[in-house]
Amino acid sequence: MIANFFEYEFLRNTFYTGLLIGLIAPLLGTFIVVRRLSLIADALSHVTLAGIAFGLLLEKKYILGGVITPFYAGMGFSVIGSVFIERLRSVYKAYQELAIPIILSGGVGLSVIFISLANGFNTDLYNYLFGSVSAVSRSDLYSIIVITVIVITVIFLFYKELFMLSFDEEHAVVSGIHAKRIHFLFIVLTALVIAASIRIVGVLLVSALMTLPVAASIRIAKGFKQTIVLSIIFGEISVIIGLISGYYFEIPPGGTIVVTSILILLLSISIKKLKFNLSRKKAIQ
Amino acid sequence: MHDPIVTMKDVSYAYENKHALNKINFTISQGSFIGLVGPNGGGKTTLIKLLLGILKPQHGSIELFGVPMNKFKHWNKIGFVSQKANAFNLGFPASVQEVVSMGLTAKVGYLKFFTKEHRQKIEKAVAQVGMSEYLHENIGDLSGGQQQRIFIARALVSDPELLILDEPTVGVDAENVKKFYDLLHQLNNDSGITLLLVTHDIGTMTHHATDIVCLNKHLHFHGNPSEFSSLSDKDLSHFYGHPLNLVTHNH
Repeated sequence: MIANFFEYEFLRNTFYTGLLIGLIAPLLGTFIVVRRLSLIADALSHVTLAGIAFGLLLEKKYILGGVITPFYAGMGFSVIGSVFIERLRSVYKAYQELAIPIILSGGVGLSVIFISLANGFNTDLYNYLFGSVSAVSRSDLYSIIVITVIVITVIFLFYKELFMLSFDEEHAVVSGIHAKRIHFLFIVLTALVIAASIRIVGVLLVSALMTLPVAASIRIAKGFKQTIVLSIIFGEISVIIGLISGYYFEIPPGGTIVVTSILILLLSISIKKLKFNLSRKKAIQ
Repeated sequence: MHDPIVTMKDVSYAYENKHALNKINFTISQGSFIGLVGPNGGGKTTLIKLLLGILKPQHGSIELFGVPMNKFKHWNKIGFVSQKANAFNLGFPASVQEVVSMGLTAKVGYLKFFTKEHRQKIEKAVAQVGMSEYLHENIGDLSGGQQQRIFIARALVSDPELLILDEPTVGVDAENVKKFYDLLHQLNNDSGITLLLVTHDIGTMTHHATDIVCLNKHLHFHGNPSEFSSLSDKDLSHFYGHPLNLVTHNH
């Protein structure tokens, strides 16, 4: 079963891509969750869908399709969407969460328009919605390797500033940290990671890979670094089990990855509860 | 008399034509412990934001450590514990060590990393507030009073000469408030750190502070606690804009 993933190139591409997004999605997801921005991933994934629909429309109707692939169009839309979210958050300072439904509905609206302009799509769109084990090309893999290197480098270089901004934005600003610039960088990275993850988990489930492993690790981790490490471990386990079982049962991997993440989450909640009950029992005795 | 480390001259600030501060003149001398009191909306937080460079004075000038504010670069000389410090996301998975390390982030600078020396400084600051045994605990698992100590350690880690605290005891129980004031006393007396504490607890401040400053858009009073205690209720009511009786206590 696993041997197939190394025998066929398309499965190998999927497997390597899966390992990379299993690393970067929870890595960035940790910052997203602690900043209470989990829904931003959903908003950006729907904008990415609009970009993908635009790319598919170009492929179907115009010659430009060869240059601007759905993957790159999705990535472009995602980054533009992230810029708009930041603009809207600064316009509606007292209602910053408003930016998310505005961008999310905008993304769905544009997707519907592009899909109907192209008179509907074939299975490609289904793959983008729920992920696919066979949709990753070699050039997609290379793009995702570049995105991974960028994400890891930026997080490594700006870790202490990102951590400070996540914990206490006011204190960060008072200390002289360029909060707006760092946050902008962070949101663009988020857009790139979402675009990279969509090939495997799909538009509708991409935010789950950024948040569920973090939700599981936050229950049991001590400290922020440990939360990141555990989130990545849970993310990788979910991706590996999800990809293999998805291939075996001929189910889109988005579904199996998310179900695996939920099982890990339930397990971590149970472990925490068990620990709590044991320590309470000890205290009573 | 020690050198002034903060000098405000004729400083005014208004929000949309509503005056928050009007022609404020005052100095903070090195080694003093100033209690900044006044009614809500009297401009205490605005004054702190001006001192921290978050707001720019619309009139007048501010000097920090003898340097005009627009040329002042050594922000690590000023530590700040905000009013909201204990209103953070309690579920945030950050250890005490990680929280205190934030106090060094700006000092270390972009694209640079914490060294062994920085980690020792962090441990020292945590020890200074008596919380060494909690170094690796999550901040959310500590009590309100303990969390407040950690936020002071975060402010202390960059070796500030002036520590500004904006109503830091809000939501902290009486016993921990007493311990908190003892800690401030120790920082002021033993470590020589100048303190500016914004508080509504006038009674306690008269026992701990070296100076009391009363602010209600104008600077109504700046003097020592015994002078402040000798003010009549009529004077205090005039400063606060409503009737007030001063009751002093030690905790």
